[in-house]
Amino acid sequence: MSSVSAYVNEHEHEHDHKPRGLARWLFTTNHKDIGILYMLFGVTFFLVGGLFAELIRAQLIHPANHVLTPELYNQAITLHGLVMVFAALMPVTAGFANYVIPLMIGAPDMALPRLNNWGFWLLPPAAVVLVFPGILQLFGVGNGPIDTGWTIYAPLSVRSGLGVDFAIFAIVLLGASSLMASINIIVTIFNMRAPGVTMMKLPLFAWSWLITAFLLIAVFPALIAGGLMLLTDRHFGTHFFSAAGGGDPVLWEHLFWFFGHPEVYILLLPTAGLLSHILSAFARKPIFGYRAQVYAYWTIGVLSVIVWAHHMFTSGMPIAGQLYFMYSTMAISIPVTVLFICWLGTIWRGALSFETPMLFALGYIGLFGIGGLTGLTLADAVADQQYHNSYYLVAHFHYTLFGGPIMGVMAAAYFYLPKITGHMYSERAGRWHFWLCIIGFNLTFIPQFLAGIAGAERRVVDYPIQFAGFHMASSIGAFILGAAQLLLVYNIVVAWRGRTEPASARVWEGAQGLEFTLPSPPPYHTFAERPAVV
Amino acid sequence: MKLDKGFADTKKTEVPAVASRAGANRRLAWLLALVAAGFLGFGFALVPLYNTFCHLTGFNGATGTAAAALTPVDRTRWVTVEFTGMVMPGLPWKFRPAQRRVRVHPGETAIARYYATNLGDRTFDGRAIMSVSPEVAATHFEKIECFCFHQEALEPGQTREFSVEFFVTPGLPKYVTTMTLSYAFFPSVERGDDRSQPRS
Ligand SMILES: [Cu+2]
Repeated sequence: MSSVSAYVNEHEHEHDHKPRGLARWLFTTNHKDIGILYMLFGVTFFLVGGLFAELIRAQLIHPANHVLTPELYNQAITLHGLVMVFAALMPVTAGFANYVIPLMIGAPDMALPRLNNWGFWLLPPAAVVLVFPGILQLFGVGNGPIDTGWTIYAPLSVRSGLGVDFAIFAIVLLGASSLMASINIIVTIFNMRAPGVTMMKLPLFAWSWLITAFLLIAVFPALIAGGLMLLTDRHFGTHFFSAAGGGDPVLWEHLFWFFGHPEVYILLLPTAGLLSHILSAFARKPIFGYRAQVYAYWTIGVLSVIVWAHHMFTSGMPIAGQLYFMYSTMAISIPVTVLFICWLGTIWRGALSFETPMLFALGYIGLFGIGGLTGLTLADAVADQQYHNSYYLVAHFHYTLFGGPIMGVMAAAYFYLPKITGHMYSERAGRWHFWLCIIGFNLTFIPQFLAGIAGAERRVVDYPIQFAGFHMASSIGAFILGAAQLLLVYNIVVAWRGRTEPASARVWEGAQGLEFTLPSPPPYHTFAERPAVV
Repeated sequence: MKLDKGFADTKKTEVPAVASRAGANRRLAWLLALVAAGFLGFGFALVPLYNTFCHLTGFNGATGTAAAALTPVDRTRWVTVEFTGMVMPGLPWKFRPAQRRVRVHPGETAIARYYATNLGDRTFDGRAIMSVSPEVAATHFEKIECFCFHQEALEPGQTREFSVEFFVTPGLPKYVTTMTLSYAFFPSVERGDDRSQPRS
């Protein structure tokens, strides 16, 4: 269909053979293989993290329930957070970067293929280390995995069991992996673009990942530094975070949120980039406000590292600090609104069609919009005093993190699945997946907003009886939401087995970009000789 | 055939010299790794930065230490300093202020006393951590001598008196008429833990 694909095919057939079996995946330096590994890893741990969430909701379905002991509940809550952020979402977005960015910019591979392989293979050991204390506990050693909440707040984390040590070790491994991936992505985007792909012609997904990678390099080391200090506090008698020795637990909060707030944008930005491509494809219109979106990414990236202490309004901060962090946080809503306007501008008066990727993309705009607006309430230092430790905050950040990144990843998964596997998924199952997600998700978290406004306290294994109705609805919603994800697995299997209709190179009528000039699936090696883009 | 805007005309070109590109990639990667290492250092540097910041701003109720009161006394107004004390888990002590409050002029040196009793059956070492609220008052509270500068030990059943000698600087904003001095006694983490540079 295009000169590129014809050219690549004719040239590739003689060296398109790849190593077979396990060795291929262990030693691969091919960006598509590594991308697929990242994505499969992410999906697997998305299901694991979801399982922890279902355990939590099973415990909370009735007041005075005994599905989990308080200790197990704390562990489930902590692992749900850590797994979803570090083992599910981050690997999936890194997977898309690895698979798609070289294709989008006409590069034969990532710039540093071997580093790419190491980066991925640090992940499985990290995941094992994180949950290993659970296995040790079965043999009577220690008291199970980390149970401090994903924020690992001192002084609890200074005193808690050996699960904390394993979690810190896992975070250091995950950090090293993320830094390797980030460095690779930056070098790839700077040095490997095909002639003619200037920075201001760079696809938005590549731009969004570029900012993400810079953010990761700036903030992940702070968490690693904090983790190492926590380790020495626990074992070598230092007192960075223990007040007994003159340290300060609030210092941990600063270090953690200096990483933790930008982390939200690290999860969000890549899917914001993908969203623009998907909306444009199904509206059959070019992306609206390309430049505005690039500048918005930059603004979000810069602002995100100077607003972290809005997570700490209740830790006893002077008024001046509260005012600064309140206004700077609210300022982030300006570039985010620019993105929303560009997304709506892209679909405005377009020839819309509503295939599964588009449904998830529109769901993203709606749910993430609610997440952003409820965030403004919490950014208000005065209102936050009331809502901070309530379920309102839990509902808010699930609207931003599920409504944004996870809906975005789903949209992208359906968008690229036919490209990657060469076969269509079941559109029927896809639509069911979307609608069950929307119903299940809102049923889970709208009651949590209401319960939070009524004063329901978060983080606790039990609750007063007047919140029983909210929690019952929320648990039913969570079970629907959890079950719906099996449809995603079903669709991945359907496309992978390849008995369905083959996908064309373009896949979607309105799809744009260099990756859609290649056949589906793309050959093992692509752009070995670079296309020139004018 | 129409491609994406900007991708309209695709033709093959020569591969740039692979060796030089690999070198450029490696250089940029090392540069970025160096930047990451710099941010790791920044993470550690936050500890002293944060402590300095707290002392400069009174953030977290961190107070100052002075060798002696050289400031003139402002006899035109009074400040009430209130005292509280508590014991953290793991230290079987009873700890209470001898006086609920004292009234001082800014700049005037005063002494407050606390009593502590060891209710445990062995010797315990404790360290007192203090803070002042409101935070705005913390930068204007100066200690000349304080039991919180050292680790303190109590034999089983022993009761001791601890004292803090302090003054409030005249720079204290006029609207602050009352401030609270709070001590928390922690079980000392190490024997012989005695720091010449007191933090609080
Ligand atoms: Cu934040």
